[in-house]
Amino acid sequence: MLEVLIFATLNGLVTGFLLFMLASGLTLIFSMMGVLNFAHASFYMLGAYFAYSLSLYFGFWGGLIFAPLIVGALGALVERYGLRKVHASGHVAELVFTFGLAFLIEEAIQFFWGRDTKNYQTPDLLDFPLFTLFGQEFSAYRGFMMTISIVIFIALYYVLTKSRVGIIIQAAITHPQTVSNLGHNVPLIFMGVFGMGTALAGLAGVIAGPVLTTFPGMATVLGSIVFVIVVIGGLGSLAGAFIASLLIGLLQSYAIASDVGMPDLLNLFGISFDRSHPLNDLWTMNLPQIAPVLPYLLLVLVLIFRPTGLLGKREE
Amino acid sequence: MALLKKSSIWIAFIVALLGLPLLFDSILAISILNQMVIAIVFALSYNMLLGQGGMLSFGHAVYFGLGGFLSVHALMLIEFETMVFSILWIPLIGGLFGLLAGIFIGSFSTRKAGTVFAMISLGIGELIAASSLIFSSFFGGEAGISGDRTFGPTFFGFDFAQNIEIYYVAAVWAFIATLFMYLFTQTPAGRMANAVRDNPERAEFIGYSSRKVRFISFCASGLFAGIAGGLFALNYEFITEENLNAATSGRVLLMAYIGGLGYFIGPIIGAVVLTLMNSLLSNYSELWMLYLGIMFLLTVMYLPRGFAGFIMMHQLAWVRGNMKLLIKPYLVTTIPALLFTLCTIALIEMSHTEDEVFHYLGLVLNPASPITWIVILAIAGGAFYAVKRSLLQLNDAWETANAIPKEEET
Repeated sequence: MLEVLIFATLNGLVTGFLLFMLASGLTLIFSMMGVLNFAHASFYMLGAYFAYSLSLYFGFWGGLIFAPLIVGALGALVERYGLRKVHASGHVAELVFTFGLAFLIEEAIQFFWGRDTKNYQTPDLLDFPLFTLFGQEFSAYRGFMMTISIVIFIALYYVLTKSRVGIIIQAAITHPQTVSNLGHNVPLIFMGVFGMGTALAGLAGVIAGPVLTTFPGMATVLGSIVFVIVVIGGLGSLAGAFIASLLIGLLQSYAIASDVGMPDLLNLFGISFDRSHPLNDLWTMNLPQIAPVLPYLLLVLVLIFRPTGLLGKREE
Repeated sequence: MALLKKSSIWIAFIVALLGLPLLFDSILAISILNQMVIAIVFALSYNMLLGQGGMLSFGHAVYFGLGGFLSVHALMLIEFETMVFSILWIPLIGGLFGLLAGIFIGSFSTRKAGTVFAMISLGIGELIAASSLIFSSFFGGEAGISGDRTFGPTFFGFDFAQNIEIYYVAAVWAFIATLFMYLFTQTPAGRMANAVRDNPERAEFIGYSSRKVRFISFCASGLFAGIAGGLFALNYEFITEENLNAATSGRVLLMAYIGGLGYFIGPIIGAVVLTLMNSLLSNYSELWMLYLGIMFLLTVMYLPRGFAGFIMMHQLAWVRGNMKLLIKPYLVTTIPALLFTLCTIALIEMSHTEDEVFHYLGLVLNPASPITWIVILAIAGGAFYAVKRSLLQLNDAWETANAIPKEEET
């Protein structure tokens, strides 16, 4: 029981930190432009694909460095030549634009790389078990994923709160007019933040690609989960996104690892149903089965009872 | 007389609906027409939310899918003679179930519009889609469920085995649904939906609960989406989880947006265009989804009001009788633009093809030779330059056509 708990916690943390790398960029972009970027997970997917192609020539480490830069540059271009133009038509148009972009990126990836799963492997250097606990191995790559995510988290926190650039960014988010009057180029800042956010998503894709498999559906798998995190954490709140990422990561990990279900609950109350009962599906449901649904359930509940999210500010 | 004038467009609509299968009577055409009619009802019901009520939904397929699933179950009930009624009523059953789902989900999701509503709709959509794989006795798991529409009592001798018979059923239902959706926009509830969309605060100040107004639109929209789902069930006789997941929700958003949200006719145009692209383009190219995505982004960027908005832009010039000023500049721009598009498509297709030779518009191209590429690129570049140049003239012509005529001084 203990070993299950420890491994579920570790895996949950790995997923949670990975999700945070996506969610942090998404929430920064949201607080800046007031728009949820539907294509965010698509940039994550692009990161994985670029890294795969680069790794064929420069090895894994080359991909790790260059793929996020390419994705970030692409993101900045999208902001400069796409979103800024659509901005004039209002928020719905912007949302719909990113929605269409996600659609297009998925198709473009199938066009350039094909529909099949890519054989994107973890580097040999990290292909050993980091430690063995209760006979189960925890791979070094997962440890590496976690390290990268934590380093990024600390760096992001430091840059945003302590550095001059970070303070200008924060000011530009809340008071763009004033910052502009002080002589800073606000559109350039927006472009930079969008590029940085997408680069973070790309980095997440690079390190997640070998573990979560690189295939054209990988954006869809994670896309809506990241949305859920940003909303549960409270739109625009970085700390909230952090808590929600870990929460969702752990929640899913525990649910998958557990083996309890409705039958146990019913036994507790001494009730049992016939197999032919019309609601048989409900009475035989177990937790691993509904694990994929849990984040959405949480989302709907949070939105009903606390529409601002966990750490969100006042409602608009 | 006034009534006749008002209803003339509706008469034209029903004549077009009923007449189309006479013009296009191949099996493929009938199946496309069926899809089109279903898509029209679905897209219009979506526009009720987004276009008229200002509620951006990412989970509209839920009501479509739930209506469809219940309709297939109703087909099964008829098949096993648990209940016997004509299958003509199936769409109504789907609609009522959509309404029921709308009442339940709308009761908590319409409290806020904007991002909160959009996120709840996304969450509900994912929730229902994921749980449809868990509750397999109702949803049939990944395989979905299927029925047979030929078991019910016949209607004047028709047993609905043919697709064309279903088309007429669907066309009549679509006409009724469209008419009622239009009439809804004319009711106080429909008008208030517009008011709440534009400024909920003001609507509250004149004494309307913006939540209640949104709730009414939401339920009505669920009803019509359910009817569309019922028509889908009748047409295909099966339904799967795919029909209520995010992909279907996305498609209906695309239809309504490309067609034009602000206009009642917009989603109809969008539904027709997208269904045609879907069924015709997919015969020619496996990359049609890519083209669809590009077209969608270009529409959002350059035609924010959709196709219908583009057509309506010319109202002023039309009223002033200045359309003739625009014809020539339009032609001058359209021809190189078309050339550019065709060249781009050729380039995309050529880089994707694995054949030795590539047939394109009656031409035989050789993708292996660099000369082919250079020539096409040169044509595309020239065409692009021509478009850029002619856009200036078009802009001037547009200004003159829409200019306010100078009042004669007295």
